[in-house]
Formats: sequence, C-alpha cells, structure tokens
Amino acid sequence: MIRFENVTKVYQGQERPALEGVNLEITKGEFVFLVGKSGSGKSTFLRLILREERPTSGIIHVAGKDLGSLATHKVPELRRQVGTVFQDFRLLPNKTISENIAFSLHVLGYSQKEINREVPEMLELVGLEDKGDRLPSEISGGEQQRVAIARAYVTKPAIIIADEPTGNLDPELSVGIMKLLDRINREGTTVLMATHDSGIVDQMRKRVIELDNGHVIRDQVRGVYGYTG
Amino acid sequence: MRAGFLFKEVRIGLRRNLTMTFAVVVTVAISLSLLGIGLLSNAQVNAMKDYWYDKIEVSVFLCGTLSESPTCANGVVSPDQRAAIKTDLEALSVVDSVFYESQTEAFTRFKERFKNSAIAQNVTADQLPESFRVKLKDPTQFDVVVSAFSGRPGVDIVQDQRTILEKFFKLLDVLRNGALLVGLFSVLTAALLISNTLRIAAFNRRRETGVMKLVGASSWSIQLPFLLEGVFSAILGWVFATGLLSGLKYVIDQKVAPLLTFTKFFAWDQVWISSAILLGVGLFVSILASLITLRRYLKV
Repeated sequence: MIRFENVTKVYQGQERPALEGVNLEITKGEFVFLVGKSGSGKSTFLRLILREERPTSGIIHVAGKDLGSLATHKVPELRRQVGTVFQDFRLLPNKTISENIAFSLHVLGYSQKEINREVPEMLELVGLEDKGDRLPSEISGGEQQRVAIARAYVTKPAIIIADEPTGNLDPELSVGIMKLLDRINREGTTVLMATHDSGIVDQMRKRVIELDNGHVIRDQVRGVYGYTG
Repeated sequence: MRAGFLFKEVRIGLRRNLTMTFAVVVTVAISLSLLGIGLLSNAQVNAMKDYWYDKIEVSVFLCGTLSESPTCANGVVSPDQRAAIKTDLEALSVVDSVFYESQTEAFTRFKERFKNSAIAQNVTADQLPESFRVKLKDPTQFDVVVSAFSGRPGVDIVQDQRTILEKFFKLLDVLRNGALLVGLFSVLTAALLISNTLRIAAFNRRRETGVMKLVGASSWSIQLPFLLEGVFSAILGWVFATGLLSGLKYVIDQKVAPLLTFTKFFAWDQVWISSAILLGVGLFVSILASLITLRRYLKV
C-alpha cells in the first residue's frame, strides 16, 4: 500500500536531511504508529505520502502509484485514495457537521442521493447521529475530531493518515478516537498514525515505526512507544 | 462537483465578500461603459463621415475674368472647352453626377450667403467663376478628378471640400482614440481589481480549498467557484454598462439630435454591436484575470 525505497529528503537551504535512506513497506489493512521526537521526520514522511513534497532521491509507491512519475494533474486521484486527519481537525466553521461530511462528497461530484445515504451512515459510525445539524463550535473537541475522521473516511479511501489526531484531546476522549480508527482499520482500511501519545501506542500493540533524525531506528510488529517508556 | 452545490458555493462566496463584489461590479460597469463610449464615438465618427462624405463635392472651377492660373492664360473658358470638360467628367467611372453652376447661379448663391455683409454689394455676377459640381461615387477617389482636370486649358482650379473636412475628422479621430484608450485602461484596472478580489477570496476561503485539496478535488473544481464569481461580477457589470449606453443613445435621440441637425448620429445597431463587444471583452478579461490569479494562489 505504501512503499519507500531508499528515500531521502533534503529541504532546500538545509544541510541535514529531513529523511535519509528510508526503506519500509506498509501493506494493505495494517495499522501503523509513526513515532519520534519533533523534527525526527514524521511530518516529512506524511507529506511525501500525500505528495505535498517530492523526495530528493528514492522511490515512493502509494496505493499502486509511483509518486515520482505521477503527473501533477493526477495528484488529486492519489489524494482520493488517502484520507487525512489532523491535530487541529480542520472543519469548516460555517458548515454544520453533516455539511462538513457532505463537503468531501460534493466536491468529488457525488449525487445528492448518494450524499443523503452516506452522511447519516457516517454520523452513525462516529456516534454523532443526533448532532448532524450542529456547527463545529457547538460540539466538543473529541466530537470534532470524529467528524474530521468521518469526513476523511466517507469517500472510502484505501489509506487513512492521521497526524497527531489525539494531540489536542484529553486521554478519555482519545480512547474514543482510537476505537474509531481501529474500527475503520478492521473494515480493511490501512491506517497510518503519527503520534506522541505513548499511552495509546502501548495500549494498542500495533506495528510501531520510530524515526529519529531522519532515520528509521525501530520497526516493531507489536511495539510500544519507547524502550524506556 | 454538481451544479447545485457549485452555485450554492458561488452564492455564498459572493455574499460573504459583498463589499468587494459590489466594488468589482461597479468598476466593471464603469470601465465597460467607458470602453463602450469609445466604441460609440468610433461609430459616431463613422456615421458623420458617411453623412458628410456623401454630401461633399469636388468643384471644378472654370476660367473666369479674374482667374490667374497659367491654364487661364487664353482668357475666359470657351463654350467648346466647357462642353468637352463636362463630357469628360461624366465619362469618368468614379463620377456619380455632374452639376453645372453658371455665373448667375453662383452670384445668387453668393448673395444668399453674404446677405448681411457689405461684401455682397461690391460683387457682380461676372466676377464669379462658373463651375462644375461633381459628386463622386466614392469620395476618397478625389485624386482621379484632380489629376485628370487640373492643368487642363479652361480649368482654373479643382477644389475638394474633403480636404477641409479631413482636418475636422482628424481631430475627431484623435478624440475617439483618446476615448478608446481611456476605456482600455479602465478595463485593465477592472482586470486588476478582479484579480485582487479573487486573491482575497482565495485567502479567505483557504480552509475550504485546503479541505478540497485534501479530499482530492481536481484543481479545476477548486478554481471553478472563484472563476464563476469573477464571471458573474463581470456579467452584472456588463448589464449596467449596456443600460448606460442605451440611456446615452436615448438622450442623444431625444435631446441632442433635434438641436444638431447638421449631422447624423449612430444607430441603435451600434449600441447592440458595442454591447456585444463589451460582453466579449468583459468575459475574456474576467476569465483571464481569474485563471492567472487562481493558478498562482490555488496550487494543488
């Protein structure tokens, strides 16, 4: 699903590579935590997958596409395969919860009939079936993040990328988010989650990839956050 | 993206940016009106040219008692010469009609023209030259008559009223060019305003466009709502501009034309033609300004 072959990324004007010689493969249906300190290269890793950046050298395959030879006008096709969730939710403040979820479908040209079917289904999945008419400012942070996940997942992407999705949330709310991501993963979607939250990583016992200084220093099948905790 | 959703987004965009939308509509209306006035002044100059060139004549003055040119060295034009000149004039393919003005007729016209002036008292009929008044099929073909008849025995001078009118029309041409130039510059201003407005709109809606990019909307569908907002403002401005030009035509017909009877004015056709050109210019400029701006600020 995601394959990095000897990928190095050096940002312009910087000497130290943000990523260096990264080789790894994430297969379909996996749940992977991406951990590491700030500046270890996590963000660069995610941006490369979304082709917001191009590698300085090396080959990246995502959802069957070679990103090196992917034409710019084909990038939207790639992004339809990859749902994204962020720490800051990125909901549209002027639209209701339902409209936020429907927005993805609208911009991709789904019919109103499909939207009327998909949106309530998503609201139910994320447990907000009674709050579809509220604005994002009228619900809690944890609920907002669930809306953001619903928006990313409603188009049924092959991969969900979550960048610190629990970073702004209390531990008890984070559990709800993790349950949701786990459920989406069980339905066959590959989930890649960058996080600092050691509690969650230790609890879930999923594959852990640790980056440090642009290198993969650990890749464990049933890992924990850190050796020293 | 479906049309219903698209138009809803466009409507929200225009409403959220209402003051800017208003500024763009007014600027487009004013600039297209100025350009339209330029186009109509062009039509007006052409209408006047048609009208006046149709009226003007080439005068072939024949030798009289006071003629001083070398071709009149043998004195007053002879009846044979006069008849030959008339025949030759009528034989020219560029000539539409020839009208003979005798000394008596010239005298009558002279008295009529200067009836309040003392000069009329000192002039007698035999001092005035007789002439052929020649109307041309195409007034620009004046040179043919000059080259054929000036220097011919019996002909004093060949005079074209067109040379007098030409100076007047040159002045009008300058004014028209000025009006067109002002129009073009103001259209350019409108284009820049559209560009800046869209830049602000793109910035204000970066959350929406960001989400659109994330879920994989094509750059075309991200740009389309903005493009349509620019086009909508341009079309609204064009409607006002056309209204203004129609009003101008109405005022000319009602108030100006009855006072200035010496010329013709441009027809309603010209208003519609100008309006069509303005629509084309408005669409072209707004689409071009939008595409250039959006390519820069809404990169995928």
